Amino acid sequence: MSQVEPVGRARVLVVDDDAALSEMLALVLHNEGFHTRVVARGDEAMAAFRDYRPDLVLLDLMLPGIDGIDVCRRLRAESGVPIVMLTAKSDTVDVVVGLESGADDYIAKPFKPKELVARIRARIRRVDNPAPEAIHVGDLEIDVAGHTVTRRTGDEVETLSLTPLEFELLVCLARKPWQVFTREMLLEQVWGYRHAADTRLVNVHVQRLRAKVEHDPENPQIVLTVRGVGYKAGATQAAERADGRPDA
Amino acid sequence: MAAPTPDSRPSARERGSRLLTSGLAAGLTSWRRSIRTRVVVAIVLLSAVVAGSVGWLVMRQITDGLVNSRAQASITEAISETNTIRKQLGSAGSNDFDPETQLRQLVETLVSRGEVRGFDVVVVGPLAAVGATATEEGVRTTLGVDPASVPAELKRAVATEEGTSWAFTRITYPEPADRRSEPGVAVGSRVVLPSDGGTYAIFYLFPMDEEQRTVNLVVRSLLTSGALLLLLIAGVVVLVTRQVIDPIRLARRVAERIASGRLEERMHVRGEDDIARLAVSFNQMADALQQQIRQLVELSRVQRQFVSDVSHELRTPLTTVRMASDVLHDARDSFDPVTARSAELLQNELDRFENLLSDLLEISRFDAGAAALELHEVNLVDVAHRVVRDAQPLAAQRGVRLVVTSGTPCIAQVDERRIERVLRNLVSNAIDHTEPGVDSGAEPVVVRVGANAEAVAVTVRDHGVGLEPGQSAMVFNRFWRADPARARASGGTGLGLAIALEDAQLHGGWLQVWGAPGAGAQFRLTVPRRAGDPLTHSPLPLVPDDVPGGRLADAPALAHGRELP
Repeated sequence: MSQVEPVGRARVLVVDDDAALSEMLALVLHNEGFHTRVVARGDEAMAAFRDYRPDLVLLDLMLPGIDGIDVCRRLRAESGVPIVMLTAKSDTVDVVVGLESGADDYIAKPFKPKELVARIRARIRRVDNPAPEAIHVGDLEIDVAGHTVTRRTGDEVETLSLTPLEFELLVCLARKPWQVFTREMLLEQVWGYRHAADTRLVNVHVQRLRAKVEHDPENPQIVLTVRGVGYKAGATQAAERADGRPDA
Repeated sequence: MAAPTPDSRPSARERGSRLLTSGLAAGLTSWRRSIRTRVVVAIVLLSAVVAGSVGWLVMRQITDGLVNSRAQASITEAISETNTIRKQLGSAGSNDFDPETQLRQLVETLVSRGEVRGFDVVVVGPLAAVGATATEEGVRTTLGVDPASVPAELKRAVATEEGTSWAFTRITYPEPADRRSEPGVAVGSRVVLPSDGGTYAIFYLFPMDEEQRTVNLVVRSLLTSGALLLLLIAGVVVLVTRQVIDPIRLARRVAERIASGRLEERMHVRGEDDIARLAVSFNQMADALQQQIRQLVELSRVQRQFVSDVSHELRTPLTTVRMASDVLHDARDSFDPVTARSAELLQNELDRFENLLSDLLEISRFDAGAAALELHEVNLVDVAHRVVRDAQPLAAQRGVRLVVTSGTPCIAQVDERRIERVLRNLVSNAIDHTEPGVDSGAEPVVVRVGANAEAVAVTVRDHGVGLEPGQSAMVFNRFWRADPARARASGGTGLGLAIALEDAQLHGGWLQVWGAPGAGAQFRLTVPRRAGDPLTHSPLPLVPDDVPGGRLADAPALAHGRELP
């Protein structure tokens, strides 16, 4: 990813019950220019979140109090804040459950500090100000600069609430409706993975996105599956398009 | 039988013979596999022999009795007839008729009496003097009777002896042609014709058609009752054997179900007979087995869980250590040389530790049966090139050249991550075992990719120390080293080949190794083009072409290493 310095110092909330690891994380993140706050218990996470208003949450899955999955759900209910899970079991259903409960990405222990920082940066860089741009896909209108997605039905305008990651995914697909994106391409463009990564990330988030933007998620019109290849955006209904060239 | 294909429709005869063969085969199978069939057939055969012998004896006695009584009656009748004739002739005197007339009267009388009383007559004569029977002449018979019906023996006896002789014979009738010949008794005696003093032999032929009918009737009823008896015996045997065999069959089914993993299956115990005791013992055995198996399963589950838990528990502290080490490593330039070197060692050994841990986790995943395939169409040539490219730095460091040879793209449905890991393991293993090239004259490690219609194969050839006989079976063992003193330069964990084998088997493929002392070694990975298809043949030989006699040795028996069936 391009070296985009966060505006000011980004805040990271670390939710982990292992004191040594939490401290180490705080040290490393501080070195990389992040502010951190550490919470050791799941049931204290929400209060800390409301108080600290972090730009990203690092969340361990196994927590005393409330477990990580639950914390993740509660965070999602309140906010679209990027959530990166820390997990000791990359192969179990935990990962899928965590992603389904709203985590944007996960990183399996033991990880290299640089890897972690890269993941965090990839999530936080989305705060940058993009050029004003309006994209239409299906019956949706995406305001890229305003970070909003609206659906017009007759005279009613409905604003859909997407997390930054879901928004990113939708914009990525909608910008090139003629192109089929493989899961690997999406992992690279949306998640910032340069090497092959877990394609379950894409599958789970496409499901979550569909649940929000599709009239009938079983029969998607906006995010279409191309069997054996990947995904592509559905047909655009509104013909006029504000033509702002995206710059990467 | 296989349905006939349109282009090879079998003729009716072929079909018939095939039907016969299959019927025969079914019969043989039933004979081999069914105790009941064998018991029933054996008992029915034995009963048939016994009933046949008894029937035959009964038949003999009845027949003998009938025939003898008939013979006695015939002789008595013949004697009385002869006496009557003699009396008539005696009262007629010698001059009343010429011999011709007298003889005709005699014969007519006899024939008419025979017709009434049911016998045929043959009169032969006049007989010549004793010892000159050849000149006999004149035979008169009842109409239609063949004079040859009188046995020659009897003729001779009558000619030479006084009194009455008899014999069994078959009475034949040349005309009318439709009358059948029948068994009978021939009785012969002599009379002297008063008119010319010539001796004439009179033969009475008593047919035994009555007796024949009786015997036939007896035979028929014996056969019928015998057949019915055999059927009855067969039925009884079927019923009786069912009582014994049904529980045995039940036991077999239960045993099969237990064998297929349904350990809770038991036999139903009824009564206290031998079968019930068999069931009780069987159930006890099943209980014992089930308990043992449960214990083993539990033990193995606990052990696997332990390995998995340990590996996972190690991850969190390892993450902290890793991060701390990274911090130290990044700052090593500002340390004194001893501390800086220590930070480097710490970092390198942590890499090894991490690899070992992730390999352990991978193995425990296989052991727990939690490994699953993520299949995609993958060109293995690309994978081989990628693996070799990634291994290039290590190879260069060790002075080993890597070469990939491939023809056409070799596309197969595989889990790319796993196949790449297998190849990575094989290549780094090959690099590990290649003697460092002294002056670039060392033989390269050759990765070859090939495919046929059903499978794709990759071979990795090295020219290292090779394998001693018997070692090829062990290379896939966990933590096994050919030479315990040998360092793992590439940082191998000792689990690489074990994991590679598991990966290959997960694909339904083979991972095999060939090796000879001093000649190096070659590993061969073969995976089916479509996951799950059976493998019969690998596109590449296991034994490298550059080895003398290599082609010959490419026999499955020499293909060390383990294959999935």
